[in-house]
Amino acid sequence: MAELDTSSGGGKKGGKVRSKKASTRVDLTAMVDLAFLLITFFIMTTTLSKPKAMDVVMPDKDEKQVDQLPVAASRSMTILLGANDKIEWFIGVPGDSAPETINYGKDGLRKTLIEKGKEIQASTGKYMVVLIKPSDKSNYKNVVDALDEMKITKIESFAIVDITPAEIGLLKRDGNY
Amino acid sequence: MPRVKVARKSTAIDMTAMCDVAFLLLTFFILTAKPRTEDPVPIDVPASTAETPLPEENVLLLTVGQGKVYYSVEGTDIRKQTLEQMGEKYNIKFSPEQKQVFSGVPVLGVPMNQLQAFLNLDVDKRKAYKQPGIPNDTTANNELADWIRESRKAVASLHNKPLRISVKGDNKEEYPTIKKIIGILQRQKVNKFSLITSVKNETKK
Repeated sequence: MAELDTSSGGGKKGGKVRSKKASTRVDLTAMVDLAFLLITFFIMTTTLSKPKAMDVVMPDKDEKQVDQLPVAASRSMTILLGANDKIEWFIGVPGDSAPETINYGKDGLRKTLIEKGKEIQASTGKYMVVLIKPSDKSNYKNVVDALDEMKITKIESFAIVDITPAEIGLLKRDGNY
Repeated sequence: MPRVKVARKSTAIDMTAMCDVAFLLLTFFILTAKPRTEDPVPIDVPASTAETPLPEENVLLLTVGQGKVYYSVEGTDIRKQTLEQMGEKYNIKFSPEQKQVFSGVPVLGVPMNQLQAFLNLDVDKRKAYKQPGIPNDTTANNELADWIRESRKAVASLHNKPLRISVKGDNKEEYPTIKKIIGILQRQKVNKFSLITSVKNETKK
């Protein structure tokens, strides 16, 4: 580490009195220790992953029904979010067809959405409209999951709508409320 | 017999380069650091495939958990302005110190009538104080709606930009609470907002 300048000395011609050069090297170990300690602290306290946002657009609650177009019942699919992570779905108005109970996930909701979307596209020539109706017994995760499935299955037209008593009745009958 | 002499090497290493790297990293982390805000109630964010990151500025965050709603907005200037407007609305005069304290409070969940007492607390006590959440009854006492409206006004006047409203909810939160918040937003003609989710590791189709 500390190297000393030993070259100076007596006996040389014109020898000036030189001051001893002190070494400019500093022991950096402690400084590095400190720096890494602080780095560790900052890594631990910062959130590296930014939160992701999922945009939701609600239908306008305006009473005046000027711009609203009626949608044929044959191409609207209603999803009822019930308790215990269960979903019931039917096409058209409640009572038209028997609702079916399914689960969330790949083989439940997603499969149904893709199948029905294709069927409706084939039979009516238009895209499917999905109405998501969360019941009071469903939780926030269910809503996010349902919205996420819309995104995954690339369904463009969907809306979160309030549930009606008749639909709660359906959920109750099948033990999902 | 001549002994083989092993030359002794110095164990000291040149630390200069290491020191440089360490401080470079340190500077980077300090500059990018944004302290993690503690949620007043434990919140388990649901996962989704959404990949849009939340913008940094002009964001209002509603934290929902255990039936309570907490309010937070980015930017100290906006927080201050909002507090002033709220004070006018509720006829509460806030002192400059209280405003200063308020601009540093990351998450708020105190009713208006307790707000002054809350701002007068010591830093440690304020951290330990269990915030009861902002009242959001749909009837008369809807402070949450006022907070949202005043923040929107403040952002519009100070930054000349629309305020983005995002909801951070717990997985197990029951839907009626969320519905109530959506109702409050819709009554103010906010039909577009964001839900905060974490990244789901699932292969997309």
